Amino acid sequence: MKIHIKNGRVIDPANGIDRMADVFVARGHIVAIGATPAGFESNGAIDASGCIVCPGLVDLSARLREPGYEYRATLESEMAAAAAGGVTSLACPPDTDPLLDEPGLVEMLKHRARQPGFAHVYPVGALTQQLAGERLTEMAELAEAGCIAFGQADRAIVDTQVLLRAMQYAATFGFPIWMQAQDPFLARDGVAHDGEVAARLGLTGIPVAAETVALSTLLQLARETGARIHIRRISSAAGLEMLAAARASGISATCDVAAHHLHLCEHDIGNFNPHARLEPPLRAQSDRDALRRGLADGTIDALCSDHSPVDDDAKQIPFDEAEPGATGLELLLPLTLKWAAEMKLPLLQALARITCDPARIIGIEAGTLAVGAPADICVFDPQANFRVSREALKSQGKNTPFLGLELPGRVCYTLIDGNLAYSTAFV
Amino acid sequence: MLDRQKNPQLNSHGELKHLLTIEGLPREILIAILDSATPFTGIAEREMKKLPLLRGKSVFNLFFENSTRTRTTFEIAAKRLSADVINLNINTSSASKGETLLDTVDNLAAMQADMFVVRHASSGAPHLIAAHLAATGREHIHVVNAGDGSHAHPTQGLLDMYTIRHYKQDFTGLTVAIIGDILHSRVARSQIHALTTLGVPEVRVIAPKTLLPTSVERLGVQVFHDMREGLRGVDVVMMLRLQNERMNGALLPSPQEFFKSYGLTPEKLALAKPDAIVMHPGPMNRGVEIDSAVADGAHAVILPQVTFGIAVRMAVMRMLAGGPA
Repeated sequence: MKIHIKNGRVIDPANGIDRMADVFVARGHIVAIGATPAGFESNGAIDASGCIVCPGLVDLSARLREPGYEYRATLESEMAAAAAGGVTSLACPPDTDPLLDEPGLVEMLKHRARQPGFAHVYPVGALTQQLAGERLTEMAELAEAGCIAFGQADRAIVDTQVLLRAMQYAATFGFPIWMQAQDPFLARDGVAHDGEVAARLGLTGIPVAAETVALSTLLQLARETGARIHIRRISSAAGLEMLAAARASGISATCDVAAHHLHLCEHDIGNFNPHARLEPPLRAQSDRDALRRGLADGTIDALCSDHSPVDDDAKQIPFDEAEPGATGLELLLPLTLKWAAEMKLPLLQALARITCDPARIIGIEAGTLAVGAPADICVFDPQANFRVSREALKSQGKNTPFLGLELPGRVCYTLIDGNLAYSTAFV
Repeated sequence: MLDRQKNPQLNSHGELKHLLTIEGLPREILIAILDSATPFTGIAEREMKKLPLLRGKSVFNLFFENSTRTRTTFEIAAKRLSADVINLNINTSSASKGETLLDTVDNLAAMQADMFVVRHASSGAPHLIAAHLAATGREHIHVVNAGDGSHAHPTQGLLDMYTIRHYKQDFTGLTVAIIGDILHSRVARSQIHALTTLGVPEVRVIAPKTLLPTSVERLGVQVFHDMREGLRGVDVVMMLRLQNERMNGALLPSPQEFFKSYGLTPEKLALAKPDAIVMHPGPMNRGVEIDSAVADGAHAVILPQVTFGIAVRMAVMRMLAGGPA
């Protein structure tokens, strides 16, 4: 299959490109940008007039819910959502059922996901068996099976000696560790940011200290062990400040933020809106503003969707019982564009946070339109709006605080390995 | 950035549709409830204790958390208005329940309910029910919050306001102190919103830091940790109940120590204004938050609170379901 993407504005942050150009794809790879290569005869043309052609999005956190939670989502439904969202590579946390703590399970997931039109799936393996924080998993085996990093999903390792050993062991092989910075004791029973809204609504709060205390432990142990640590979904200004200071002192640490946290804060809980029940919690407006700036100036390396499809039954219950999380794969690009427009950032800089920057964290050749790279490409119309509705969402999870809103940007075509995985013509 | 949902308690004419929380209710509505409660306070002395205002209406007391006292006062209030009252004690923990909250609501709504009086351990449960009724086109069913988690207990807040007005007439010159476990108290939150809405210029909260929400001052109150300092010159002393499970542990070392610092004794009460009144939502822990000499003393208006509570609940039910005044 040879595809000619015509008349688009090519934005490729990995290579610093932002210009009008055609893109040529053959045998699953990008073969040229600009002039037609000699002898290229396309058997499929995409008219990208008025559109932006960028690398397929790379998402650092997308729950696919398989295996074990098929009533929430299936690989099929979420892969359709990924393609519709322009996401062509994604990392998934290990908190499935069974958990991703055995090589066979990882191989199975990789195998199931290896289908034309499906995004590339990069599992994060469990750092400890059953995520129980006691015994290490067979990390070398898991890495061979396809795990690109190790982590605990939303859970912590309470025993700091186990944490130290896990980081030492991972560092031995150079495996990155992806951790959530939240102290489980300070966060116990908490369902919302410990601030004004929790005080008013009578909700149990999760203090910012739950993040900073855990972060401090993780950063100190990263310094001790030399482990490469990635902090998932940072939520507070204080946490961000600690992270920047740790980096300045030479600790190797990266971090991401969830797209919801760039736009929402504790006040968006409104009258106990269960869609605003997120993990980590939506914090104060000042935290949100710090996250927006941190992502712009690079203190935060990448933006993730933190895609977590939840069935209606687990949301239509009182706020403190509701399952945290929101669907996000299809909102990642619009929420990035909205942030970029509000911060007056050039698209070249904004799109880096959802393409080449997360690809670097996973350690894959993706998020680039370099000649010779796999043809994972997203073509979107920046002028069109995406109206978020249950019907419009391909994900089985319809749970999002943005339901009913118009967000900027609409994906028109998604190519994965040179195959057309999504096209507005499909809808 | 999300649109703030419109006040779910009011209909398009600004009239009370549900009573979920005092927060966000206009002062006029609070005053109207208090005013209309007054005639009901005399009803108990009458030979004929019933009024036909809710005749033919079905009131479901939906108690997901045990509370004989509150349920009884709602039951009496509804019966005095001639409503049919159905009591349901649905004792469930979130882990063990089979039917979901909204399934229960759907079933009862199908039995032609006119009003749900809801007590639930989760903050926001009555909001969820009201939103569900709206989403399913059954907005004619009214929801009264009889206490949800640590969020709100609006009828308690209103009966407290009724009591204060009865003894002090005017709200606008008062200093009021609320003492005890503010953090976990739905009563305190409703009292604070009611007092600030009704124009009380100085609302104080007195508690150790472990029993205060982090940003409590954002609710418009002054924070005191020293009870003697906090009681100085107050007109109204509102005590809160300290739950047993909070007395020994990480929040407080012991009930004795709590009493020493935050128990209301005659000696501490002497720092308040000479005509101060002492209130308590009940049930009291004598010797933990309040000394018997105060609980049974001349300043206490704790039993009148209970009596006024029935009248205020009648006024609320009547405003919601009783048709034009």
